Amino acid sequence: MAVLTAPGARTTTPSRSEERAARWSRRAPLLPALIFTIVVTQLPFLLTLWYSLQSWNLVRPGSRHFVGLRNYADVFADSVFRGAVVHTVLITAGCVVISLLVGLGLALLLDRRFIGRGVVRTLLITPFLVMPVASALLWKYMMLDPVYGIVNWALSPFGAGDEDWVVSHPMWSVILVLVWQWTPFMMLLLLAGLQAQPRDVLEAASVDGASRWRTFVHITLPHLRRYIELSTLLGAIYVVNTFDQIYMLTQGGPGTASSNLPFYIYQRAFLGFDVGQSAAMGVVVVIGTIIVATVALRTIFKSFELEKS
Amino acid sequence: MADTFLASHRGRWHWGGRATTLVTWIIGLFFFFPIAWMVLTAFKHEVDASTDTPKIAFKPTLEQFSNVFHSGFWPYVGNSAFATVVSTLLVLALAIPAAYALSIRPVQKTSDVLFFFISTKMLPVVAVIVPLYVITQQIHMLDNIWTMVVLFTAMNLPIAVWMLRSFMLEVPGEVLEAAQVDGAGLMASFRHVLMPMITPGIASTALICVIFSWNEFFFSVNLTAARAGTVPVFLVGFITSEGLFFAQLSAAASMAALPVVIAGWIAQKQLVRGLSMGAIK
Repeated sequence: MAVLTAPGARTTTPSRSEERAARWSRRAPLLPALIFTIVVTQLPFLLTLWYSLQSWNLVRPGSRHFVGLRNYADVFADSVFRGAVVHTVLITAGCVVISLLVGLGLALLLDRRFIGRGVVRTLLITPFLVMPVASALLWKYMMLDPVYGIVNWALSPFGAGDEDWVVSHPMWSVILVLVWQWTPFMMLLLLAGLQAQPRDVLEAASVDGASRWRTFVHITLPHLRRYIELSTLLGAIYVVNTFDQIYMLTQGGPGTASSNLPFYIYQRAFLGFDVGQSAAMGVVVVIGTIIVATVALRTIFKSFELEKS
Repeated sequence: MADTFLASHRGRWHWGGRATTLVTWIIGLFFFFPIAWMVLTAFKHEVDASTDTPKIAFKPTLEQFSNVFHSGFWPYVGNSAFATVVSTLLVLALAIPAAYALSIRPVQKTSDVLFFFISTKMLPVVAVIVPLYVITQQIHMLDNIWTMVVLFTAMNLPIAVWMLRSFMLEVPGEVLEAAQVDGAGLMASFRHVLMPMITPGIASTALICVIFSWNEFFFSVNLTAARAGTVPVFLVGFITSEGLFFAQLSAAASMAALPVVIAGWIAQKQLVRGLSMGAIK
């Protein structure tokens, strides 16, 4: 901790007002960012809480009135909402697990010197950089289109016909596009982890005649653990909020077969104009997130603290 | 480095090494293929783009790009560029002092404040979209680019605070103390000693903000329309207004993705640190 008393200053006990002034001079630089964040992110949420207690449809002016907790009862009785919860969990878990595994494989492949390593790395990170709306379009029309798509053409020797993947396998289509986008993210973080391995330990293991598999299981994996936890958590934070790909690929359909929470709440709010209901759903989602996140944040914090020491 | 470890096995692994390299290259090209195909399609005439058997040989044309440019692409680019640049500058202006107050001259309860910042990233944005819509409507800020500037700033600020803090923690305390001993005031040592040392950190923070802002869709599609629409909104509107033309769509999507792809390619090294919010160097 930086001690910022003036050189030569006598450490007499400072008066209370001096102490307070010192505290505020430390706080001052923080306040603009803190106040901005509170105003823009927390105040709207208080309004969400307030709206969730009202019956209010934007297309029926004058319909607004207080209904207490009725919206919440409706939300829990809504089978589409429960379906959206399940889809959100499946999409998030599926995407994070698959991209983590593929990303780990790729990181291991890239953690060695070979011709064009930089080029391959550049090729691999590009899917993460492409605007999600653009990549969803690209997959929907150029790759998965039943008639003109590359996927059906590539599979035609295996007897695939004009399968419309986005309709027949909506969840897998969404997960596929998400995995394509998030694998580079996992790869980059895990590759950084691999490259931070102490090389002398690896060399010692190879001198001792340990097989590559044993070295991987007993040295590399334990070392990577922190990186795996961190990439899982960060990946999950982003993927749980997936909206763009579902909006572009399936519109939550067919029916509600691939509708996740962000998309369903969006539908209720902006296509159904049901402010009260969508606000109540928002509150339920936030409470659920807080429960999951409290556990997750502690783990993240542990990794960050470790990094510092 | 990895090669010193592998060098001792060079003889034995010679062929295995080549095979691994080949596999790595194939996977890399496989991942990149959809993007390459999109860019290739952008240079096709529509007749060459919609064929049962994909065409690799075709007569290239720039027709699709000029179509995109003539269907009102530029105002959207202007909006995206404005919102991205202004929000990134705003993020830096707010986050640099905040990170300072959380690292070099820390306030009490630093970790509570950090916890608060990161927790706002975990709260689903969909939970606040309804009040945001109602508020912006009431203050007549719907379809206004400044609304996007404010929201993008709020979206990136927590990440920036965390990242910049991690860069500031790396600055050795003695350097700053030496500046103090030399009689430099707080502001002077901040500007002349600290700022130059964290310039690379500021650059990578800005890069992350640019990536997330340029690609943002959820706020834009709900709160903007023709006047303040950003590039992703243009892409969505483009399909509905122009009908489904593969080549034209590819040209539009390629153009939309290009700025961030290039920025990311140039700044690959900073990407890891940014994506892990400063946790991984």
